[in-house]
Amino acid sequence: MTTAGIPVASGRGRQPTSRGRQPTRLRRAVRRNVTAYGFLCGALICFAFFSWYPMVREVILSFQKTNFVDPPQWVGLDNFRTVVNDPAFWPAWVNTAVFTLLALVCGYGIPFVTAIVLNELRHARAYLRFVVYLPVMLPPAVSVLLFQWFYNPDYGLFNQALGLVHLPGLQWLNSTSTALISLVIVSTWMNMGSGTLIYLAALQTIPSELYEAAELDGAGLFRRIWHVTIPQTRLILLVMLLLQIVATMQVFIEPYLLTGGGPENATISVVYLMYQYAFNFGNLNAGNALGLMLMIVLMVFSAIYLRVSRDNTV
Amino acid sequence: MTDVTVMPDRPAGTPAAPAGNERRGPRRPRKPFQTQFRTAVSPHQLNTARGRTVYWIVLAIVVVSFTAAFVFPLYWMVTGAMKSTEELNSIPPSFLPLHFSLDGYLEAWDLLGLGTLLGNTALYAGGAWLLTLAVDVSAAYALSKLRPVLGKVVLALMLSTLMIPPMVIMLPAYLTAKELPIFGWNLLNTPWAIWLPAAANGFNVFLLKRFFDSIPRELLEAAEIDGASPGRILWSVVIPISRPILGVVSILTVVNVWRDFVWPLLVLPDSDKMSVSIGIASLSSQMPQNVLVASLVIASIPTIVVFFLFQRHIMAGLTGGGLKG
Repeated sequence: MTTAGIPVASGRGRQPTSRGRQPTRLRRAVRRNVTAYGFLCGALICFAFFSWYPMVREVILSFQKTNFVDPPQWVGLDNFRTVVNDPAFWPAWVNTAVFTLLALVCGYGIPFVTAIVLNELRHARAYLRFVVYLPVMLPPAVSVLLFQWFYNPDYGLFNQALGLVHLPGLQWLNSTSTALISLVIVSTWMNMGSGTLIYLAALQTIPSELYEAAELDGAGLFRRIWHVTIPQTRLILLVMLLLQIVATMQVFIEPYLLTGGGPENATISVVYLMYQYAFNFGNLNAGNALGLMLMIVLMVFSAIYLRVSRDNTV
Repeated sequence: MTDVTVMPDRPAGTPAAPAGNERRGPRRPRKPFQTQFRTAVSPHQLNTARGRTVYWIVLAIVVVSFTAAFVFPLYWMVTGAMKSTEELNSIPPSFLPLHFSLDGYLEAWDLLGLGTLLGNTALYAGGAWLLTLAVDVSAAYALSKLRPVLGKVVLALMLSTLMIPPMVIMLPAYLTAKELPIFGWNLLNTPWAIWLPAAANGFNVFLLKRFFDSIPRELLEAAEIDGASPGRILWSVVIPISRPILGVVSILTVVNVWRDFVWPLLVLPDSDKMSVSIGIASLSSQMPQNVLVASLVIASIPTIVVFFLFQRHIMAGLTGGGLKG
């Protein structure tokens, strides 16, 4: 960073100051700060209105009862009680947790294995990288609605394919047993490209010597992967793990578009329940209380992420 | 690190072989595989007869399965829009549409008003792009080069928003858009509801500031001695040398706005103000399947085109910017 350059510049300025040329220096500092804040004001306004104030308000609203006509009332933990007593509360958390776990198994393991294989290939690399990233570029709504069609039990692609090999079709989104895994499949399909490419970039930074040394020591292919590849990419694996947990725990669009939380709450997620409280049940404060709970859970992962990346990138 | 993955076509040390000519029909007396860039698989094993067989089998499996998993759904989408409802329902599905016609697309364009929806989305993405560049570049410049009092605190506050998952503050943010504090304006159904939050992007500020930090101070001091004002320095010195990072930030912003779903769903409830994702999703249940699929194709064309054009920037943003949090 440029900190190395500053002492030279400001050190020269500081010497004469002590000998009493304060007014000009002060004036210059004031002018520099005014200019700087002039440049900053646009960003400060945007952040204040759409990031900082909402963060504070999220907490405040959770403990209030507001209808936006009368002045808000403080109601203590009432909103939290409302939410916890909702029969959909525990299913929402359990589904979110299961979804996150399954999405980790698929959306975390598959890209890493894919990246390891891609890294070994000497042909068609550009094509494969392009293709795996293609779904990431589609608007998520498009991917989700596309899979809604594929999942159709009567004329969807998946059941047609199963029919071709004389297997019975599945109910996919309509059955409590397959609905959640169907969402995981869509989510993995549309997100795995970025993970794959990030791992691939990480794999390419591994020094060849490590593999050569391991080979000389008699390590086979799988031991080389286990003792060289994985330790060398450990940091990225950890960072991606945390990022993915935080991202998938906010799952919303899949249940919103595909199942509406059904069948029988089998796919309701925390964020979807929060949305329903605010926009379908007209209880914004309860939605906020739910949001605050999720925020606290996710902040734990975010804090770990922050720690990991700060300890290791400097 | 931008694009480290490009394989050199001609390895420096190996005997010169016509690069890539014999990709498919492998003649037996063959050139050895790349060994310069060593990976987990041993190059010696790879160049044995058995190693080569395994390699080609694995390559074939990977190419076929990738095509099946990622290209075939898109093919099915593009051709599905050309099929009639009866054809879509037929039980051995037709691999090629029976009749080539673009009627499904035309119908989708009219029925869903895709012209309006795409126009709206372009307006949202374009405005967000301009505002984000203006706001975030000047903020990053101020934080990096002008270094005001409390600049570190401001930066920390901006970066702290990266730790707050966007979904959990969506309700209070929605209230802000519904009634902007202090001013009391209702931003719902206006482009500002998309533009202002898009500019409040801590990641962009972080990327830009990191880049500006790497610009040598002497360069700016030289301009200062020549009498350039800070604004002039930003415009004539900093921005021209920051093209690469500006490209990454631009593409990230436009693509994010184009793909976003939840936020426009909340703040653009009017059907003639909707973005294309929301418009299609809100009408999806009332459309015949082929019309819906045609609209999906049309909605994804812009992002795919952007991807074709800016593939390198997008992947650079992904691997270069995405990890140094």
